[in-house]
Amino acid sequence: MALPQRRTDIGPPHFKDFIPPVIQKNYGDWAHHEILSGGVMVHVANSGDKIWTVRCASPRLLSTDTIREIADLAEKFCGGYLRFTTRNNVEFLVSDEKQVQPLLDALKAKKYFVGGMGDSVHGYHITNIVHTQGWIHCHSACTDASGLVKVIMDDLADYFNVKTTPGKVRLAVACCTNMCGAVHCSDIAIVAIHRKVPRIEHDSVKNLCEVPSTIACCPTGAISPDPAKKSIKINNDKCMYCGNCYSVCPALPISDPENDGVAIVAGGKVGSLRCDPKFSKLVVPYIPNNPPRWPEVTSAVRKILEAYISGARKHERVGEWIERIGWEKFFELTGFPFTFQHIDDFTIARETFRTSAAFKW
Amino acid sequence: MPKKYDTPLLDELEKGAFPSFVTEIKKAAKKTEMANDELGVLEKCYRERKTHWKHGGIVGVRGYGGGVIGRYSDVPEEFPNVAHFHTVRINSVSGLFYKASDLRTVCDIWDKYGSGLTNFHGSTGDMVLLGTTTDKLEPIFAEFSSRGWDLGGSGSALRTPSCCVGAARCEWANIDTMGITYAITQEFQDEMHRPAFPYKFKFKTAGCACDCIASIARADCSIIGTWKGSIAVDQKEVKAYESKGMNIQAEIVDMCPTSCISYDGKALKIDDANCSRCMHCISKMGKALKGTGEKGATILIGSKAPFVVGATLSWVIVPFIKMEPPYTDFFDLIRKMWEWWDEHGKNRERIGELIIRRGMREFLEYIGLDPLPQMVKEPRRDPFWFWTDEDLTK
Repeated sequence: MALPQRRTDIGPPHFKDFIPPVIQKNYGDWAHHEILSGGVMVHVANSGDKIWTVRCASPRLLSTDTIREIADLAEKFCGGYLRFTTRNNVEFLVSDEKQVQPLLDALKAKKYFVGGMGDSVHGYHITNIVHTQGWIHCHSACTDASGLVKVIMDDLADYFNVKTTPGKVRLAVACCTNMCGAVHCSDIAIVAIHRKVPRIEHDSVKNLCEVPSTIACCPTGAISPDPAKKSIKINNDKCMYCGNCYSVCPALPISDPENDGVAIVAGGKVGSLRCDPKFSKLVVPYIPNNPPRWPEVTSAVRKILEAYISGARKHERVGEWIERIGWEKFFELTGFPFTFQHIDDFTIARETFRTSAAFKW
Repeated sequence: MPKKYDTPLLDELEKGAFPSFVTEIKKAAKKTEMANDELGVLEKCYRERKTHWKHGGIVGVRGYGGGVIGRYSDVPEEFPNVAHFHTVRINSVSGLFYKASDLRTVCDIWDKYGSGLTNFHGSTGDMVLLGTTTDKLEPIFAEFSSRGWDLGGSGSALRTPSCCVGAARCEWANIDTMGITYAITQEFQDEMHRPAFPYKFKFKTAGCACDCIASIARADCSIIGTWKGSIAVDQKEVKAYESKGMNIQAEIVDMCPTSCISYDGKALKIDDANCSRCMHCISKMGKALKGTGEKGATILIGSKAPFVVGATLSWVIVPFIKMEPPYTDFFDLIRKMWEWWDEHGKNRERIGELIIRRGMREFLEYIGLDPLPQMVKEPRRDPFWFWTDEDLTK
């Protein structure tokens, strides 16, 4: 069969054709919303109209069979209207209150994982984890993001819709320091790291790589030309294993199963509520990759979360709690060892040293 | 019959309460050889604790320089059906809204030409179709574009703009995030599809300072809704929150970062002139408090992940702009920025890194903005600053 005529530079379809009539009618005119349970909320417009949102987690990696199933559920209970959140949750947009419970029953019957909502009145829950491609199909991955998300969410499942936390907790997983996700500003996040310098495949460099751009891409200036070999040299003392050179030059493989693993960072946020957005900071510099269920990672994440739950004031995020009690107290409470890796020696090091004699024992 | 792979490690990831991505791959593996080999190679990755994917080559559709990510297996003999396993990025609808019928069409096309595996969504917000071969790219593009869909961005280009749900379903939205995102995407189609920048450029639009799209952490240009005016207080609703158990003093008054709220048990008062519009009080008692007055956005520039010299958060360059159609002033400002970046940016240098390298003064003068205290947390501490000849005669 002949292919249809292609069109270029048309951009995405306009959203007006994808939003339910109640949103069309009340666009920009909403009054307030209320969280009704861990996975259901209602938005009320100034006109009095209402829309109910039912949220459930997805693993982000979806088969077409599952997407069709989601489409069928949306068709049956909410006129076919749904959306996804930036944290990979599915949101069914229900205009008829009578359909909310039948939809919840149908989701329960199919074992959908409903939850991920929270606020100050209802109580806060964790929501789905922002993450990257990992071993599913990325060349620079030094762990599997989907696997880590699965085991962390399994472990913290109760916090998705039953148990509450003092404030919002946003989790993220990045499978390398490229961080295709907001790991650098999350409450608790996993980032996979290398610990050894790239290997140089001298015979391939001249065919696969542009030497000047490979030299220029190194943030610490560790790469220099090796004219005799028509290749490059790496100063091992300067390399900090970021892997940027491997993305520029495929002849510099850095993947190393014995030394790759993950680090845990904490205390970041993106909202401006109460205090400015914050970067996540290093808590655990290295945990070996231990697939398929990474038990050392899930127990470390739980340890941070539980210390936060028992110590934080209502509404405080992980980073606000840690800054109030002090990082020295945080390491004492959680028992994570403090190492040389925790002291910054890169571009903003001097901003992180303690320039005061006031601290806690 | 497709080859059956033993997957003892991945099978462990089908246990537990959270939905399993392994189950998803297995569902697709029943239908396509490609998904079946993906399952096999992933088990190998788990067994060997390393990735088996190689760099992308240059693949794409005619007339475009992006939107498709080339991906190849490093063990093609063992898993021939994923020897080529390219990703197609489809520009999603603003706010990630869908209708069931459109989702089914996407599935029909993808079952016909690809692995049947997807990401809803990639980190930037594209609908991501995982796994196809070079010969299928033109047919996929024809099928999608003839139905009104286009490819997203990749490489050194404008990436697919994204936003929070905004005015569609949120009372806190100060700007029409979805309308703005659609307008930006349409205005800069060429910049998206034909990579000509020093490196990637991302727009993210948030309706308020809650920033549910994380624009301040991961967009070269963050557009964050705000207002100029007072916070209207409904004292009856304040009382209602109190009677439902909220400790107004501890949860609202004491947590206000500018100490501009007071409560005497009868009335909640806000010193609006000293409010920084952080959204804490409004987000905790939404029925009682509302921002009023002129609505618009703050424009911030420069955030990115750690590569290469450390992560940055976006910083303020325009404290307030109206952000109403046709957005002419905003587009002019963006074109000026890109012109300067294009002139001075090094290969793989983001615009924020360039501003840090060459200084805010040069950047602001080029795009025609005056210095303002809202742009900085504090003035400089060092005594080493520049004077131009013109400064000396002022």
